[in-house]
Formats: sequence, C-alpha cells, structure tokens
Amino acid sequence: MEQIQIQPLKIYQHNNNLEIVEKAGLTLIGLGILGFAVSLTGMGNNTPLLFFLLSFGLTSIGALTFILPKLKTSPAGVKNNNIFFNTFTSRKTAAWILGIFITGFYIILYWFPETLTNWIKLVDPLSYWLRNQKADRWFLYGTFYTFAVLIMGTRMLIKKRHNKYHIIRTLSVMFFQLGFAFLIPALLLRLNQPEHYFTYFWPLHYYDLFPGSVDSLLKNGNIGYFMVFWGAIMTFIATPILSYFYGKRWYCSWVCGCGGLAETAGDPFRQLSDKSVKAWKLERWLIYSVLVFITLTTILVWLNFVYHGELLGNVSSVFSQVYGFLIGAMFSGVIGVGFYPILGNRVWCRFGCPMAAILGILQKKKSKFRITTNGDQCISCGNCSTYCEMGIDVRSYAQRGENIVRASCVGCGICSEVCPRGVLKLENDFTDVRTNFNILN
Amino acid sequence: MKHLIIIGNGIAGITTARNVRKQSDMKITVISSETKYFFSRTALMYIFMGHMKFENTQPYENWFWEKNKIDLVFDFVTSIDTDSKSISLKSGKSLNYDKLVIATGSVSNKFGWPGQDLPGVQGLYSKQDLELLEENLKETKHAVIVGGGLIGIELAEMLHTRGIKVTFVIREELYWDNILPKEDAALVSRHILEHGMELKLATNLKEILPGDNGRVRAIITDKGEEIECQFVGLTPGVSPNIRVVKNSNIETNRGVLVNDYLETNIPDVYASGDCVEIKAVNEGERNRFEQLWYTGKMHGEALANTICGNRTKYERGIWFNSAKFLDIEYQTYGFVSNVKRKGESVFYWVHPSNKKSMYIVFNSDNHKLIGINVFGIRLRHKVFERWIEQGKTVEYVLENLGAANFDPEFFKKYEQEIINKFNSENLGSDLILKTKTFRIKDFISNKF
Repeated sequence: MEQIQIQPLKIYQHNNNLEIVEKAGLTLIGLGILGFAVSLTGMGNNTPLLFFLLSFGLTSIGALTFILPKLKTSPAGVKNNNIFFNTFTSRKTAAWILGIFITGFYIILYWFPETLTNWIKLVDPLSYWLRNQKADRWFLYGTFYTFAVLIMGTRMLIKKRHNKYHIIRTLSVMFFQLGFAFLIPALLLRLNQPEHYFTYFWPLHYYDLFPGSVDSLLKNGNIGYFMVFWGAIMTFIATPILSYFYGKRWYCSWVCGCGGLAETAGDPFRQLSDKSVKAWKLERWLIYSVLVFITLTTILVWLNFVYHGELLGNVSSVFSQVYGFLIGAMFSGVIGVGFYPILGNRVWCRFGCPMAAILGILQKKKSKFRITTNGDQCISCGNCSTYCEMGIDVRSYAQRGENIVRASCVGCGICSEVCPRGVLKLENDFTDVRTNFNILN
Repeated sequence: MKHLIIIGNGIAGITTARNVRKQSDMKITVISSETKYFFSRTALMYIFMGHMKFENTQPYENWFWEKNKIDLVFDFVTSIDTDSKSISLKSGKSLNYDKLVIATGSVSNKFGWPGQDLPGVQGLYSKQDLELLEENLKETKHAVIVGGGLIGIELAEMLHTRGIKVTFVIREELYWDNILPKEDAALVSRHILEHGMELKLATNLKEILPGDNGRVRAIITDKGEEIECQFVGLTPGVSPNIRVVKNSNIETNRGVLVNDYLETNIPDVYASGDCVEIKAVNEGERNRFEQLWYTGKMHGEALANTICGNRTKYERGIWFNSAKFLDIEYQTYGFVSNVKRKGESVFYWVHPSNKKSMYIVFNSDNHKLIGINVFGIRLRHKVFERWIEQGKTVEYVLENLGAANFDPEFFKKYEQEIINKFNSENLGSDLILKTKTFRIKDFISNKF
C-alpha cells in the first residue's frame, strides 16, 4: 500500500482552562460593570464621555476580547459543549441572578426611569453627536440594545463560522438593528423629522396604525406620508408576498429587532424553550388571543377617532392602555427579554407577538417554506428539538421522515446546523408538496 | 387479549411496539433493565458533552406510553421458558406471553486482554456505561482508546470536551480503514490529528497495567511502548447480547438466529435489532449482523407486520448510513468497499481543505453507480436511493449532482469542481452540470 501522509497543516491543542486573553477579557468586563455601577452614583455626570468609555467601552472591549480566542481553540464546527453544565445557560444560580437583573432593569426602565438618570447622562455625548439632542431613557435603552446585538452578533459570527447561512442572517440582524433601529431614527431626529423605525410595523408596533400616530405623521408632510404608506405596504402587501416566498423567517430571524436580540444576545439560552405538547397548546391560545386583542383595540381606537369618542366613550383608550401595559411592556419587555435565562430567548416571539401570529398563519397556509427531512437518515438524537428556540419538537417530524411545516418556525436554521447526520434543510419549494401528515401519537 | 412481550426498549424494541400498536389492540409490554423510558442511544455522547440533558434524548414524552397503552416494565429478564410461554424477572415476577420479541441489543467487545476488567477500563454502550464513565474520569488527565470505529471517535470527542488528552491505539493502518477506503480513512485520521488527538496506527493493545491503587495506570502495546493513562476506553465493536437467550430453547450462534422474517426456531418468538444474526439463505453467503440505528428501526417495522398477522420479509433496501467524525459529517449510499473489488472503478474528489470529499464506486463496464461515500457535504437520501435503484451511470450522477445537494442555503457548491476533475481524468469526457438544484416537482416527475 502506498504511504498516505496524514499530518494536518494545523493542530489545535484543546484544554478546558481559560486562555490568558480570555482572563483579560473577563477582567475588562468586570471593570466595565464597575464603571456602570460608579456611573449610577452620578460621579461621571461632568465627564460623561469618559464614563461612557469606562462602562460601555470597557464592557464591550472585554466581551470581544473574551470571545475572539474561540477562533483558535478548536476547528470550526458545532460546539455546544457544556451548555447544560454552565450555570448561566442551564437555569442554575447565575441564570436566576441574570434573569432577575434584566427583569429588574426593564421594570425600572418602564416605570421608574428617574432611577436611571445618571446612566442616561452617560449616553448624552453619543446622543448629541447622533441626534443633536439630549439623551432620554429610550435612547439609553436603544444603545444597550444595539451594543448587545452587535457584540453578541460577533460572538455568533465566530461560533457559527462553519455555516454561511448563520453568518449572513446574523450580519443581517446586526445591520438592521444598527442602521434601521438605531442610526436612522437618530438621524431623522437630527433632521427635525419624526423618529421612525422602518423595520417595525403594525401589529408589532401596534401604535403605528393608531389614528393618533397616523395623524401626527401626516402633519409632517411628504416624509410623514411616506412613513404611513411604508408601514401599511409592509403590513398588508410585502408581508404576505415575502412570507409566501421565504416563510416568516424573512422578518423574524433576518430583520426584526426582537428577533435580532433573540438570535444574538439570546442565543446562549435557546435550549431552554419548552418542547412539550402542552406548551404548544398554550402557545396557540396565547398568540392568537394577543392578535385578536390588538386587532380589536385598533378597530376600537379608529371607531373612537371617527366618531370623536361619542360612540364608545373611553373604552378604546382603556383597551389600548391595557394592551400597552400587559402586552407592550410586561410581555414583550419584562418577560420577553428579562426571562431569557429562564424560559429561553423567544418567549415573546413564540407566545405573544401578534406580528409573528400573522406571519405564522401565512407560513402555515400559503408559503413555499418548509424544513425538509432527509429520507431515513434521522437517528432521533434530539439535538434539533433541544436547540429549537421556538420549542418545536423537530425530531418528532424528522424521525418519521416528514417535512416540518409549523406556524411558529422562525427559520433560524439551527436545527439543520446541529443535526449530526445532515437530516434537515430549510427550503423554499413547490407549495403543493410540503409535508404529509400520517402520524401516530 | 393476546399479550406481546418485548425484551429491550431500544430503537428495535420500541419501533416494534409502536408499529404493532398502530395495527392492533393486543396487550404490549416492554421490559428493560437499562431505563424505564425509551431514549436515543445515539445521543448518549451529547448528554456527556453537555449538549443535552437525558430528557432531551427521549423521543416521546412520558405520557405517550400510557396513552398508547404500551406498558413499560423496568426490570431484568432472568429466564425465558418457551414451553410454558413465560419469562421470569429479577423482581421475582413472571409473565406469560403469546408472542415474544427479543430486542436485547449489544454488549461491548472485549478480547481477553490482560487487565481488561480493571477499574478505569470500560466500553461505551449503555446509559450505565455513561454513568460509569463520569465516575472513571474523575482523576483522568490522559485516556487511551482502543479500537477505532464509530463509538471510538464519539468517546474521543466526549473526553476531549473535558480537556482530557486522548491517544488512540488502533489495529488498522488508518482510522476505520477496515470499512473506509484509504482516501477516506486518511481524511478522518488527519482530522483527528488536527484536533490534537494522538493516533497510534497499526498498533495492538497487549496489556493494561494496574497502579498501586488498583486502577489502570498504563497500557503496553505490541510494539513494546508503555503509555501512561488513567482511563482506557475499549471500543473495538459490539456483539449481540444473548445472555438471557442462551439458556433457553431459542437457537443462538453469535446472535439470536433468525430467518428473513426475523422469526427464531421457536414459533411466536422473534428477534430484532442488534441482537439478531440473520441466517444466510444462499450457499456461500455469510450470516448477517446489522447493528445500526437504521436497521433496528427497519427490523421493528417489518416485524410489527408479521406479529400482526401480515407476514413480512425484512428487506433492507438500498444501503445507507451516516456518522460524524468530530466536525466532519459522513454519509454513505449504496455499497462502498474499503478495497476496490473486481469489476469496480472509482472516482475520487477531495477539496484542498481536506474536509470535503466524494468517493464514487461504479461498475467498470457499464458505469452504473454502485455506491458513494461523502464527507463534509450533505446529500439527499431519496435522490441517491433512486439513482442506485435505477442503475444510473456515474456520468448521469455527476451531471445531475446538484439535485442531490442537501447543504444549507448559501453554502458553497462543489459540483462544477467535481465534474471538472472527472473530465480531466477521463479522456474524451466532457460532462456538464445539468441539474443545479433540487426541485420537488422535478423529483416527482422523474426529471432526475
């Protein structure tokens, strides 16, 4: 037999100890957190830029320093090692602390914003630079949010470097968050135009189609007309068309800001979603109830607007206030993000988002999208179901050789990536042959 | 009501139970001493690596069994009496059956090495093995794995995630080259080295040495080398688990002997999965052992029909299998022999990264496809099954290769590169890529 040379070009030496660079990264994160804590006392109020760098800056540089060495510790590939042993990602002590911390932040942000006064001052220089005006709590929130998407997005780019689908869709959510949900609204304000988010539409941004918002936008002349027109086109025309060709993923895991945060900062928690049939039932009840609720509310506020409040009194404003508190703040913010480390990263998207409900109906009823199962190659290992952030029991379809067509699937493509046997593929194909339902359960 | 007892709750036993339930309301009891609930054995490694919890490896929620009236008994079968049609359990109970299925799976091979039963030496097959592994690895810095196959590579990956240094001791010249052609085996070997694991090729284990604490301290190879280690994984394959059947009237050899209908020599007693040895029908053929997840599933499906009165021959169809070697996925369709057989030709393509390759075997005379091994590229099972069934030529396969691509969207495609290589190697060949993508409509209308 001819001798075959098998010495590889590069040899990775893996060990479980932290690299020096990683330790340096953690140190910087620690110092950055200290910077945030100190800033809260008001110490940095006179030198906000310096303290912005000491808090946001150090934390970000620290996080990136911690993430980057992953490039050289092992070859590219699926590395979900120790996720169920890690205290942050397996609902253990650190997860609860983190969950309570984020939840608390949301409660303070929504209902006790004065507590954050000194943090808001930190982002004043950035706010003046971008928007030519003082920062407010929502600018602070937007800054946090964008940093989270960009830094954790970088982590995704490194972790998923073997998979081009993930690289492209991660770049996409980073782009839409930074450009459309942060810079463009800021620049609009700088130009004395209404602050508008072109990547959010009714019913996710439910007030976009409320008469009050429409009315005030239209007062801004051409750009206002364009904003109203854009929103209506996206909701009623672009959404069905794009969903027909690509499934709901075009929005949920490529464009949407909530999805963007879930796919980046939320990625370490995706395995925590509940896969039981019970949770699936709850999901259907909840999400369609929210859709009905917001549709009804929208109709009521319009009726109220048209009849100048004579027909219904203040019923519609009660509806919109209750919706705003229960769904807009509690569900999407406090529970949706605050509970990432406990319930997983897509709780809002799965159980609450009315936009996802509409996209889901379109995806299920009229779309080319499906996840194809590769013949009989499934070994029922369960990686796909475990890492499905929407709690879909992907395996239950794959092991029957059946394609997956589910309203909730956001097309993140992780099931396909973690499958060790090459069984799953996201596809857009002929609508008539999507799946066959022939199930014993 | 008839009573079906199934011994073993692995994929073979459970598939039998589920498929009998689809067709019949007979009483079904599944007995296992490993776990109460069915789990995916192939996922044991992921529990150890922290990718999943045990619950995540259970394909059905716990309410499923009661709802489908499948009784689960967590007990150990101590004897089978085929005359009185009864079995005895370790708990002292005994149960009567009308029909019995043996689906007891495998046991890890041990070849009588000195020291093979020392603490710190083990195989990897069952959930108990996984628990033992946690125990055995507590003080382990360096591990030796003996035998290079699919379980060996899994065990190596598992240990590696805990920061344990791994050395393979392998009889073959290249990793798994008793199954893989040497090109493929080299690709796998190279990838193992890339991960910082050590390969002692063409080397046999001679002896396992104990230390002062009575646990494994080192091994000695047939080349006289002593390798210090605190753990030895024995993964030189598995054999049918026939412990309980041996003392019954059911005929055994190395496995439970069955015919093509998975029937044993005793009426109403059947076997399926890893534990069977299917008797050769024709002169000159050998008895078959089929110890794969997929074959266990197919045994169960065929056997369920037979048990329900529709006697069905087990036919395994076009062969397929898959595995993952660390980061590199492997699929195979049809038959690929490690050494080229008479009348066979081979076309081989490998990507410069050495992480993607295709090894296509075809008939030298009529060029009909015989089998394919693929690394690092996903292929469509149903398309290759059809091409092999219909006797498509290697030229046809290459020209339509795009239809068989199953890689995720946006992945780089290699069909053109592969065709170019074929054209350059075969004088006068000017194949062009005709089908670039799969379309379900084209598949249904037999366009490829």
